[in-house]
Amino acid sequence: MEDIARRVLEMVGPGVEAEVFVGHTALALTRFANSFIHQNVAEATTSVRLRLHEGGRTASGSTTITTDEGLTGLVRRTRAAARLLPPDQGWPGLAPPAPLAGEGNWDEATAQAAPDTRADRVRAFVDAAGGLETAGYCRTMHAAGAFANSAGQSVAGRTAEVAMDAIARIDGADGLARLASGRLSEVDGAVLGARAAAKARASTGAVELPPGRYEVVLEAPAVADLLQNFALYGFNGKSYNERRAFAEPGAEQFDQRITLVDDVLGATGLGLPFDADGTPKRRVAFVSSGVTELVAHDRRTAAEAGAESTGHAIPGGAAFGAMPASMRLEPSPATGAPVELGAVVDPAAAPLLASVERGLLVTDLWYTRVLDPKSLVVTGLTRNGVWLIEDGEITTPVRNFRFTQSYPQALAPGAVLGVGAEVTTVPDGWGAAWRTAPALHLGSWNFTGGASG
Amino acid sequence: MTHFDAATAAVQAALDAGARYADARVMHRRYEAMSAKNGDIEELSQSEDAGIGVRALVGSGWGFYAVPDLSDAAARAAGGRAAKTAAASARVPGPVADLTPVGAGTGSWASACEIDPFSVPLSEKGDLLAHATKTMHEHGADVAEGLYQIWDTEKWFVSSEGHRIDQHIRECGAGISSTAIGDGEVQRRSYPAYRGQYGTRGWELVRELDLAAHAARTADEARALLTAPLCPAGETTLILGGEQMALQIHESVGHAIELDRILGWEAAFAGTSWLDLDQLGSLHYGSELMNITIDPTIPGALGSFGFDDEGTPAARRDAVREGRWVGVLAGRDSATVAGLDYAGSVRADGWSRLPMVRMTNVGLEPGPHTLAEMVAATDDGIFMETNRSWSIDDKRLNFQFGTEIAYEIKNGRQGRMLRNPTYTGIGPVFWRSMDMLSSESVAWGTPNCGKGQPGQIGHTGHPAAPARFQHVRVGVRG
Repeated sequence: MEDIARRVLEMVGPGVEAEVFVGHTALALTRFANSFIHQNVAEATTSVRLRLHEGGRTASGSTTITTDEGLTGLVRRTRAAARLLPPDQGWPGLAPPAPLAGEGNWDEATAQAAPDTRADRVRAFVDAAGGLETAGYCRTMHAAGAFANSAGQSVAGRTAEVAMDAIARIDGADGLARLASGRLSEVDGAVLGARAAAKARASTGAVELPPGRYEVVLEAPAVADLLQNFALYGFNGKSYNERRAFAEPGAEQFDQRITLVDDVLGATGLGLPFDADGTPKRRVAFVSSGVTELVAHDRRTAAEAGAESTGHAIPGGAAFGAMPASMRLEPSPATGAPVELGAVVDPAAAPLLASVERGLLVTDLWYTRVLDPKSLVVTGLTRNGVWLIEDGEITTPVRNFRFTQSYPQALAPGAVLGVGAEVTTVPDGWGAAWRTAPALHLGSWNFTGGASG
Repeated sequence: MTHFDAATAAVQAALDAGARYADARVMHRRYEAMSAKNGDIEELSQSEDAGIGVRALVGSGWGFYAVPDLSDAAARAAGGRAAKTAAASARVPGPVADLTPVGAGTGSWASACEIDPFSVPLSEKGDLLAHATKTMHEHGADVAEGLYQIWDTEKWFVSSEGHRIDQHIRECGAGISSTAIGDGEVQRRSYPAYRGQYGTRGWELVRELDLAAHAARTADEARALLTAPLCPAGETTLILGGEQMALQIHESVGHAIELDRILGWEAAFAGTSWLDLDQLGSLHYGSELMNITIDPTIPGALGSFGFDDEGTPAARRDAVREGRWVGVLAGRDSATVAGLDYAGSVRADGWSRLPMVRMTNVGLEPGPHTLAEMVAATDDGIFMETNRSWSIDDKRLNFQFGTEIAYEIKNGRQGRMLRNPTYTGIGPVFWRSMDMLSSESVAWGTPNCGKGQPGQIGHTGHPAAPARFQHVRVGVRG
């Protein structure tokens, strides 16, 4: 891949600012429903992305055709496009040479997983569900990339991921197990299947509760949705520059229990160790003990804001902005052995239930959409299990709710009553981002209606 | 070696490796998108990709493998790997899969295109967006944005049943939006829809939109929204504009009638459906004004094609007739499971993705009224238009939508502007309350329909006209 990157730079020639990314992704996903494998897919794709700045004008292009003819065509088209475009006033210049801060996560067994390996995990999940209907997927993926620009920056890296995301179902009640990791050995279909089945069984016979504000304990998949919306909109440097984001660096916008970081290189991080601009990834704290520190920048939005790139450039980011791909909400220090409260609640969330007098345990959030970008008011639904907590104990399953809630307000100073001590990494639906989160105990969540009609 | 040769080699290799059925699609796609902000071009993106995707059926298990290499050796290897992947599916086997017969189709099809979008100079396209966004910015939009997108897709499909089909589909579209930012308030107005209007047409579609003529209005409305009163909360008579109706159809009818969802194949992600096949033909989905068709033959609509990605010829079909649910979006394997004798709604997002059940053009047939007549016939209600947010549960039953703008209706007249409008409801209750429907139908295009794992983006069309609904809950807030 480094060879292809160098070749494309040579084709562009001198006198042009140019950057090339060559990426190879091998993705395989074994999908099951009604307790059998119904879709089983794999692909291996190499693509080349070129961005150049010539005569004050910027253009970019990409191709999957890596023959000499294909690469020559990419260079020709991109240079021709640049000549026809108006001057780019916001061009931030190329990333300067800088070494990587780390290599990223790599596991050969994950990268080389065969169809049988994924099918075996599905088999184990289905068997562990004990006859309940099951559905979901097991995915393995590896990506390698090489970046080079005409300013002398040249970096390469690779990453591997395994994810399992599946439900067990009984009488219309669903139980969820969702996990991503850099190591195949850490994803055990039997463990996940048993957990999903236990939650599904405990969710049958759900009752309808009136909408309103409830104290909640959100399990990791639900907390991941908060992180997803913060990553996409809340800490987006472009939105911040345009005054559309809620983030105010320096302000105490969150409860002091909240520390939010992006850390591709950390133990739970996934992804390549550099961004689309070629800027090396590093650990970035967006929120430290409740205080907003900064927003996510690529080189363009950073230049506009008079800041440094935080290493969060994405392809096509000029229109969307920068995005953290491996966001993590830091857990609280462990205070002792995890508390087991039976099958319903994940062990990571169990200790948070004890102080809930009356509230709801929420497993997952679904189809969340931003109603107001400035306050990050989001509407969506609960999914895959909700239970009533009374005097620290789970008493009954509850039917799904629709909610309309400002996410920053839910985590505002004084609103966070507890943060779990263990984190879980969960995948997004597109294989492009991961969120690592503990469970959260929040003082209030605004449920605006029943979901089931 | 032709693309048909590569596809044929892949299919043969899959059969040689033990598949009892195989098909292969070679696809070549060019894509171009440009965005502008406040009079400047923000980004131009051009991409080209080509590859082959092979689907193999071994026993009861499917396998799929895709590579961006169209050589004979790569095609054969892909066919073999598809069969090997299918064989692995046997570790967790399901019922024997068969395919509804559709005939061994051969043919060639191309969408109509007057002006090839790739032949239009970039300078002209850039000027269009720069001028429109400059005008919006000058009229008070803090963030004035414009976007166009172009897709040019060629496909060659071969199956072990004898299919041999090639298609050339050109799609494009464009839109503009003005965002006004006030004190703790962000408001947006878009034309003709958020992210624009799209179709299987050439650049003539974009020219007909006349973006520049609507630029000043969107900015004026966005600024006016900053100080407009909030949409009141409560239950009222609701009139929806045509573009919002298109999304209402997409989310609460289109996805609900996808047969893979009904069969539980999407249960863990996209979800299932509140519809039960036992009720097909008898379920009262909506009022008698509700006539929904599945029609990939509509010229120029975004969900149109000559053949779907299983080789089934495009054909029109009823989904809801006079309020009664009568049809689904089906593929050849799902149709067999459901005991149906039709398919034709399977497509893939590119050569590297597995074909799956997708909406084509799912639309509402026009009614007898006009928007003006609906307003005049409403004593107390709200008119909402242009989608701003959408959210719906995994059974496609409970929805909540926000629109960019609304107007109060009092005594048959459109009154003051309202900001942050939302409405919520339960699909069949909502559709049964539809009591007036306009004849002013437009085939709206949705180029961003997400579904599947790995994720796929689908292009769908939705003929829709303004309509009126009774007793709808509005003004839901956080």
